[in-house]
Amino acid sequence: MVSPLMPEIFTVCAGLLLLMLGALRGTSSVSFILSAVVAIFAVGGCLLLGYDDGRPLDTLGGMIIVDGFSVWMRLVIFAGLLVSTLLSVSWLKENQVLKFEIPLLYLLSGVGMLFMVSANNLLALYVSLELSSLCLYVLAAVRRDRLASAEAGLKYFILGALSSGLLLFGISLVYGFTGTLSYAGIGAALSPLELPAGAMVGMVFILAGLVFKISGVPFHMWTPDVYQGAPTSVTALFAIVPKVAAFGLIIRLLTGPFASLHDQASQILIFVALGSMIVGAFAGLAQQNFKRLIAYSSIANMGYALLGLLSGEPEGVASVILYLMIYMIMTAGVFAVLMGLKRQGVALENISDFAGLGKKAPFMAYSLVALLFSMSGLPPMAGFFAKLFVFQAAVAGGFFTVAVLGVLASVVASYYYLRVIKVMLFDEPIGAFDCDCSISRKIVMVGSVVFILVFTVLPNALLDQAQIAAGSLFP
Amino acid sequence: MNEFPILSLMTFLPLIGAVLLLLVRGQSEAAMFRIKMVALLVSGLTFILSVVMLVNFDPLIAEFQFVEKKIWFESVGISYHMGIDGISLFFVVLSAFLTPICILASWNSVSMRLKEYLIAFLMLETFMIGTFCALDAILFYLFFEGVLIPMFIIIGVWGGERRVYASFKFFLYTLLGSVLMLVALLTMIAQTGTADIPTLMGAEFPPHMQMWLWLAFFSSFAVKMPMWPVHTWLPDAHVEAPTAGSVILAGVLLKMGGYGFLRFSVPMFPDATEYFIPMVFGLSVIAIIYTSLVALAQQDMKKMIAYSSVAHMGFVTLGIFSLNMQGVQGAVFQMISHGVVSAALFLAIGVVYNRLHTREINRYGNLSKNMPIYACVFVILMLGSVGLPGTSGFVGEFLALLGAYKVDTLTATLAATGVVLGAAYMLLLTRKLVFGPKVNDDAAAMSDMSFVEKAYFLPLVVLVLWLGVAPAYVLDRTAPAIENLLEQYHTKLGTQVPQVPQVQNEPVENEMGE
Repeated sequence: MVSPLMPEIFTVCAGLLLLMLGALRGTSSVSFILSAVVAIFAVGGCLLLGYDDGRPLDTLGGMIIVDGFSVWMRLVIFAGLLVSTLLSVSWLKENQVLKFEIPLLYLLSGVGMLFMVSANNLLALYVSLELSSLCLYVLAAVRRDRLASAEAGLKYFILGALSSGLLLFGISLVYGFTGTLSYAGIGAALSPLELPAGAMVGMVFILAGLVFKISGVPFHMWTPDVYQGAPTSVTALFAIVPKVAAFGLIIRLLTGPFASLHDQASQILIFVALGSMIVGAFAGLAQQNFKRLIAYSSIANMGYALLGLLSGEPEGVASVILYLMIYMIMTAGVFAVLMGLKRQGVALENISDFAGLGKKAPFMAYSLVALLFSMSGLPPMAGFFAKLFVFQAAVAGGFFTVAVLGVLASVVASYYYLRVIKVMLFDEPIGAFDCDCSISRKIVMVGSVVFILVFTVLPNALLDQAQIAAGSLFP
Repeated sequence: MNEFPILSLMTFLPLIGAVLLLLVRGQSEAAMFRIKMVALLVSGLTFILSVVMLVNFDPLIAEFQFVEKKIWFESVGISYHMGIDGISLFFVVLSAFLTPICILASWNSVSMRLKEYLIAFLMLETFMIGTFCALDAILFYLFFEGVLIPMFIIIGVWGGERRVYASFKFFLYTLLGSVLMLVALLTMIAQTGTADIPTLMGAEFPPHMQMWLWLAFFSSFAVKMPMWPVHTWLPDAHVEAPTAGSVILAGVLLKMGGYGFLRFSVPMFPDATEYFIPMVFGLSVIAIIYTSLVALAQQDMKKMIAYSSVAHMGFVTLGIFSLNMQGVQGAVFQMISHGVVSAALFLAIGVVYNRLHTREINRYGNLSKNMPIYACVFVILMLGSVGLPGTSGFVGEFLALLGAYKVDTLTATLAATGVVLGAAYMLLLTRKLVFGPKVNDDAAAMSDMSFVEKAYFLPLVVLVLWLGVAPAYVLDRTAPAIENLLEQYHTKLGTQVPQVPQVQNEPVENEMGE
């Protein structure tokens, strides 16, 4: 019998071996380690495919649960890690950021994320969350000779530590009032009829800590600075994977141990969702830096994803999973384009620098146009269906006002996507672009554009998977 | 006939053409010509298909024809369902008819980024035809919204000086209206478990819910239509769009609003429709009179025609919401007629604009001297727009007014003044443009229409006259579906369909003096 945690075990072991190699060989081993990490993520994902959709398995003494949800989310996370490492390969080389620690930090934070979605115990939750977060703090500051990067890392670390404190405080409250840390035990101890106030406060703190991780309002302040300050390849990682994992955590908490607190939790979710959608839409309007813009767009997107959780129904959870997958793929595509945008070797980050891209590099420009239209939720791209299903879940749950405010916010947000499109297509070029599109970036870019276009025609494979994953949370 | 997926083929053929265009390489003259030929052939083929469809359409059946249904998002009640009835039939044909004309009209006038331009138009055609064929609410929404993308790019890239402002305004206005419709659609899906339009037409929604749903749909269709006071995007979009963009905008895109009213608002929310009739009537009358007056004051030709479009669409809403046979027939006919006439008028403006590069009315004059054929075409189109008996404009306006007159005399009387105002500004434009004294040497030196221009104006002019003298061809085909619609509507409300003695043939044709 192979352990259900085979992918994690494999990833950790291989990662430690690579760490030794890196420590002994130093910088010269960077490109080997990068390719090895890509391979590890690919193999790890493949190891997951062997899982049969049987009943949920508890493992590591009940700390970890392996069920349909955890398998699917881990697969998504592996895919996200693979893509963001792939994007980093050429970026790190081009920008001479040759530190072997970077891919290994990707790997270790990835392991943390993998455990996050399978955590079945508040302690496992905390440890896995910290494992991934600590690596991410370091990654944000990895170009320590640059002010912006150091600032981003510090900011992220301080605010992250604060949120961890909140989370830990919440966990201790819940523990104090229910006497257990295991999800099943908490679920059994809390019933709608008998809700200890302390446990409720505890849940609020836990949610606050987690909302920080998905950069929901009012804990979103770190996002724009970190996105802008961190090296672009690291920003891509931030944007693509950790939020999916944190969302996995939230979904499992709200459908498992805190299922009976659903009414209370949904009030918080409504606030966070509305706040994120509105702040993400309006604050994005003023941005000149593309990475900051993507940060605000991700804040708004997390708000939309939360809409699916309001009703607490399996359909809603499935819509969130679908949303996260589509969002992840779109973001990967956007970053693939962004990393390729350079003028005389200098990376372009200001939106105004994109002027005339449609004339100079139509392929990249129109790829980005398709991705941005998709992000703004315009049919027939995949982003439309992502939004459609979360809104449908919200409407079916009777949250009309939230849905209406959400779609209105999406109109506001569409303005800043349009602005980028306008600069690229309508404005006259102000200079040439170096279009050195490395092969790995090209793969990611074309892959994500093809995905968002083809999803409309063949949606059912992903939709079914999302529904199976969601269904496993509702036995 | 049923096995052959003609609607899907028509919808996606242009898209396939767009993909083909992507594959054509090169910037040479020959490559450009190839690109244009491919686009023309693809859109021409689509038009031929639409004619085949028109011929095979059974005019006696009220139900949807050429129906296709495939599984799409099975688990959430969304399917790929296509089909047309008498109401959508001519809009499909109109879309397929205008696209090749637009491509011809851009033959020599557009040279910058030609490939992208033609791809945008072919995409637009796919979305337009899809909108009118879709029988699933989400599929409809997909096409309806999808139109925004190519149109935004067409206005923004190939438009005039204030193109950025106009394209953003167009996009955001329309999107804002539509997203509310999306929430309403989702509510209906949550209520009934399906997004199938025929099923939704049969569903009954509680009256208080109907009000909200109706308003949400109204917000989308009223903007698209456009109705006063949310029409302000239209003049900007028209003025800045390239000629072919204006043609599609006036010819097809504006019809999506009226079509939406007939497909969604009226059959699905009868109680709310009944409740809001006075509001729609009021807005329509204001639109007709106010925008006609505004049109009278314009110095810019395109702006004038744009405002006249708003006024003409006022007749359409008036007709639809009079909810009797003449009214709705008139509205549908008016939309088709306006689709031809205003499209042709924008093309006519494009002809002189290409020569003189200004839309200022005062810069032109006495074109009947140096451009006699053009002057002749323009006068015919002008008469069509004014609604002179014998042209297509008359039939629609007359029937719509007749229908409205039966419901509310005052409204119809006020609206009828719009006809007079319409004649005023159109005659004013014609007098300055075609006749009038010679103003500029360069205007007097303009050459008459080229062969290509003649080629695409010919079918338009023929249609304007043919629809005017033989409207029965259209009215016969729209009648069963509209009858069915009104019957459903009044059954749901528990009222009687207003009696109409053999509407298709009288009184229109008699008055034509055939």
